[in-house]
Amino acid sequence: MNNQGLSTYFKFSSVNWNNMWGATWETLWMTVVSVVLVAIFGILLGLLLYETTGSNNIVIRGLNTLVALFVNVFRSIPFIILIVLLLPVTQTLVGTQIGPKAALPSLIFSAAPFYARLVELAFHEVDGGVVEAAESMGANKWQLIYKVLIPESMPALTSGITVTAISLIGYTAMAGAIGAGGLGQLAYTDGFQAYNNAITFTATIIIVVIVFIFQFLGDFAVRHLDKR
Amino acid sequence: MIEFKNVSKIYQTKSGTVPAVQNVSLKINTDEVFGIIGFSGAGKSTLVRMMNGLETPTSGELSINGKRNDNLSKKQLREQRRKIGMIFQHFNLLWSRTVLENIMFPLELTGMSKSERVKKATHLAELVGLGERINAYPSQLSGGQKQRVGIARALANDPAILISDEATSALDPQTTDEVLDLLARIKSKLKLTIVIITHEMHVIRRLADRVAVMENGHVIEEGTVAKVFTRPEQELTRKFVNTETDTGPDEDVKPVISELLQKYPEGQLLQLKFHGDQVKMPIVSEMLHQFPDLQLSILQGSVRQLQDGSGSIGSLFVQLVGNEKDIKGALEFLRTMRVETEVYKHE
Repeated sequence: MNNQGLSTYFKFSSVNWNNMWGATWETLWMTVVSVVLVAIFGILLGLLLYETTGSNNIVIRGLNTLVALFVNVFRSIPFIILIVLLLPVTQTLVGTQIGPKAALPSLIFSAAPFYARLVELAFHEVDGGVVEAAESMGANKWQLIYKVLIPESMPALTSGITVTAISLIGYTAMAGAIGAGGLGQLAYTDGFQAYNNAITFTATIIIVVIVFIFQFLGDFAVRHLDKR
Repeated sequence: MIEFKNVSKIYQTKSGTVPAVQNVSLKINTDEVFGIIGFSGAGKSTLVRMMNGLETPTSGELSINGKRNDNLSKKQLREQRRKIGMIFQHFNLLWSRTVLENIMFPLELTGMSKSERVKKATHLAELVGLGERINAYPSQLSGGQKQRVGIARALANDPAILISDEATSALDPQTTDEVLDLLARIKSKLKLTIVIITHEMHVIRRLADRVAVMENGHVIEEGTVAKVFTRPEQELTRKFVNTETDTGPDEDVKPVISELLQKYPEGQLLQLKFHGDQVKMPIVSEMLHQFPDLQLSILQGSVRQLQDGSGSIGSLFVQLVGNEKDIKGALEFLRTMRVETEVYKHE
């Protein structure tokens, strides 16, 4: 009965704002920490994919196949299943199965392979002539990576991490449903299970605002970085 | 001295083997400007890329100043590359860096201190005439300006060798001349060997001391620019030289030619080509002196100087009117004076 009528969305008097801001903070924490870690692991994995592509060396080709397989497998597991699947791993890595910290391993395992593919793509789009020019000037592998590949693909890397961050916000909400905390959990337990539509509605709006902010920051950064 | 000995490069592809360079032997002297001309796919780029190890020869030997260059360790190769500057057809600048930062790039690789880098790069930017634009990004520059940045960058490590790979092919004629002027200035100002790859004889004429002509992976002709321009031996070389010396009549001369052909049906329309010192000799007046009954009208003429001043090429369209015997005698005279003569007939 309580769950009926559109006006229930707007009964903001029934919202516990302390809990709401606490949950917002948890969502933000999960998102930001996982985005940072995903960016690091994604760039490393993407670099590994890029560097091992098209080699004649059989060992390197094998490594490429292995990394590609790992990436493809983790990209295809639905997130909600991945969380459950990784519970023992999570227990080992962070020592708990609930709370925002516990959400990190599955967030990273799911998003880093996705971002790795975007990174690989971005590196492949760097002008081959520029890479050749740097080689002809005597750049070593490491200089080639941090002086050419990464700066020249920065706009693509940035828009890639923006897309990844936005799907991570969605994942944190899903993780919330099985005890990770944050706005997802609040909407599920205090909103859905307690028939309080105003809480679900408010949590939704906050998540949408967070997504908008990330998108705006991402677009702004890309515009600022792209001197082409 | 750069020496290629019997160098070949053969690519293995799924559809078989592709020979890009075949048995090339060349010597490029220190501090000369050596041109390599040929159409795309002739193997020019593959050949010069062996000098800085961007390509490795399948067989043969390459040495620079007597040291083998084709079996260096990775570290030795990087050191070697720092002594060889290269400029590219599409400039290959980093769009994410300003003019100054692009020029500093090769200096960063060697670990030079920041203040020294800035000082040197600023000086180079001024040398190539971009002192005012050091903080611009490549996307804000014209094609000619981009190539100037490319040249400054290639010179940053004070290279002993500068490779120019079709450096003007993406530029319009006027900008091409500006870039060629800059290269000519660098040639006279700095001591370095310049190797130029191009498909434009114009570039060779303006800059090179010696030239090699490449076709299908082979060097088919080689010599001083003066020699190759004045006495081309191969068909392809003649083609390249002809693109540069206006052999056929220009569009605006054509109506004059057909008019003269109509007016003097008995006359002979000739194109005379003078090479080297012939340009300075009074060949035509001598001819008229020997055949005083001949009438001669000049339709069009041009003289071009070769880069080192050692030669020039003249081209003259004339009409001879007179009796057949005199005309025959005049043609014979031109032949003995070794003037290349072409006769245009009624169509």
